[in-house]
Amino acid sequence: MNQDDLANIAVQTKQEESRYDHVIKVCVAAGCLSANSDQVKTQLESEVKQRGLESCCKVKGVGCMGLCAAGPLVAGEGNEKMFQNVTPADASAILDSIVDNKPAPENVVIDSHLDFFTGQKKIVLENSGEIDPERVEDYIAADGYEALFHCITKLKPLGVVEQVTKSGLRGRGGAGFPTGLKWTTVYKAGTGQKYVICNADEGDPGAFMDRSVLESDPHRVLEGMAIAGYAVGANKGFIYCRAEYPLAVKRLRTAIRQAESHGLLGNNIGETHFDFKIEIRLGAGAFVCGEETALIASIEGGRGTPRPRPPFPAQSGLWDCPTLINNVETFANIPPIIRRGGEWYSTIGTEKSKGTKVFALAGRVVNTGLIEVPMGITLREIIFKLGGGIPEGRRFKAVQSGGPSGGCVPEQYLDIPVDYDSLASVGSIMGSGGMIVMDETSCMVDVAKFFMDFCMSESCGKCVPCRVGTTQMHNILERISEGRATQNDLEQLKELTGMVKAASLCGLGQTAPNPTLTTLRYFMDEYKAHIEEGRCPAGICHPVKDKEEAEVGA
Amino acid sequence: MLTNAKVVSPPSDDKRWKIIDGTMRRHGHQPHSLIEVLHTMQETFGFLTDDGLRYVATSLRVPYSKVYGVATFYHFFTMKPPGKHTCVVCTGTACHIKGANTLLAAVQEESGLKAGETTRDGSLSLLTARCVGSCGLAPAAVFDGQVAGKITTDSIKRRVRDFLGNETDAEILSVGEHQ
Repeated sequence: MNQDDLANIAVQTKQEESRYDHVIKVCVAAGCLSANSDQVKTQLESEVKQRGLESCCKVKGVGCMGLCAAGPLVAGEGNEKMFQNVTPADASAILDSIVDNKPAPENVVIDSHLDFFTGQKKIVLENSGEIDPERVEDYIAADGYEALFHCITKLKPLGVVEQVTKSGLRGRGGAGFPTGLKWTTVYKAGTGQKYVICNADEGDPGAFMDRSVLESDPHRVLEGMAIAGYAVGANKGFIYCRAEYPLAVKRLRTAIRQAESHGLLGNNIGETHFDFKIEIRLGAGAFVCGEETALIASIEGGRGTPRPRPPFPAQSGLWDCPTLINNVETFANIPPIIRRGGEWYSTIGTEKSKGTKVFALAGRVVNTGLIEVPMGITLREIIFKLGGGIPEGRRFKAVQSGGPSGGCVPEQYLDIPVDYDSLASVGSIMGSGGMIVMDETSCMVDVAKFFMDFCMSESCGKCVPCRVGTTQMHNILERISEGRATQNDLEQLKELTGMVKAASLCGLGQTAPNPTLTTLRYFMDEYKAHIEEGRCPAGICHPVKDKEEAEVGA
Repeated sequence: MLTNAKVVSPPSDDKRWKIIDGTMRRHGHQPHSLIEVLHTMQETFGFLTDDGLRYVATSLRVPYSKVYGVATFYHFFTMKPPGKHTCVVCTGTACHIKGANTLLAAVQEESGLKAGETTRDGSLSLLTARCVGSCGLAPAAVFDGQVAGKITTDSIKRRVRDFLGNETDAEILSVGEHQ
């Protein structure tokens, strides 16, 4: 396939779709599928057939529309009309609404002008909820693979790296390392065998951005990886994906097969001398494999234990070859950056954090789901404007970003801009994008204990500070939550947080104390209530009521 | 493709070993395909067996100690046969905030099972997951591979009752570790 063939497919697909007066989109990403959106789609199709509307009405499965909690979601008339909690029985009313403009039942209609939808800026998710993730033609019609063809026919590898550097994009996996710098390092690392790895091991509990991108727009990730391969001089890529995401894996496999048969992956891509192949490797449920050296060890078929850096994977990674590792969302940003230029991308966001970020908004918030917002937006806007605030009139307590490596941000910091540096300044991290909202029904000691339990069992056991430190911290937190702790325990907990942070080998241990540290900093009153009064203000823990009695008993 | 194969016969004459052989062949019997092969074995048999691990170790020329190390390092792999039905309660952050613990307590009340256990008649296994990525639908659970969202204590008890059939006092077979 060459550039003309690509353009032809795009034109044909667009023409085909424009023949229909109405395109009805049904979300077939995992969230809506688990609420039986496939049955809704089947019912809509048979209803269309029954009414003899096949020539003017098309029912199409699309990726995630964002508002996962209200699924299954259906949209029509260019997203002007949107429907929620749709059951197969609603199919007829929805057709009436879309085709005949009759009012649909109130309980299924969503206002498509909600802040949740209008407050977003979509770059990574531009095709999510628009294209059929299982058809490469749909992706091509949405300018797909244009960026790859532009790179391999018009740009030198260094030119591609320059665009990425200029964009100011930083790694979306959480740490925020400048992507351009990483690409430059691998580009300069000699001319031998190199690899590109896509980190799709989204282990952070409470995060589902990568899953959604892979399920809704898998070709975007493949294109981003192929561009990276061309830029750094690699001919082979691996996608390391969680086995817990069967639908994402299935769609990726389909996408790779389609791309290969269309000559978009494989040998002599676009009739040039550029070869690039992609293989999928399944993770097996180890959080630590999100760490790049552990991930490499896992692809090599071993236990996922990290090793000291340097050497960084960019110099010596997979099978000791220079390796570029980026996260799903990072790769998904690449095609638009190439298409519209690094300069354009750098105009979005803040001075040091460019572009947009996808967040998985969940917990005690009205609108839970996936959002993409420009960097620099405030936490308050995300939670109260897009998220619609806290349900049932309860009070906001904290928002947790960055999962087990992040922290809990209290109300007084809700007006800080969301960017890498501001979140770090209040003790949290950007993380991969999980954002869990908590209200007064959550106990912060319990939350700290929850994350420590996670880190303790996910610690790979290689280095002592992490393996032993997380266990000790968990024991203390458990004592606090049970009302059996003393002031001494609190002091020891503080000491341990510093020790584990400073002495652990990899990011897991170095960041494991963050949830504890931030809750200690902002919610000391809750710790004190447990320790001194044997009381859990939120009523989650069941500390021993009479502390003295407990001590005598012990 | 270059192959690293060492020819040994499979642990039994079960035809399903051909599926595992297929995965090994596709990867040229390279040692780095170990995790892929274990995935195939678990998908085929439902769990990993000691015989199977030894077979893979020999075929891929990887020390058995390493194969065992890998199989036990990753949470996804299990060496215990699962029950006929499985109920996985998600304990990710969003689900935790929305009461995953009360769901686990409800299942225990209904079936007597704690996380990681299987009923004596093998009808149901109760497991926990770190996060199934359905945070928008929290609290979530996975019944026989199907994700279900916005679970309540009543709805999970109903599903568990269906799985257990008529046996009201299902006994507990194996006490496993918390996954």
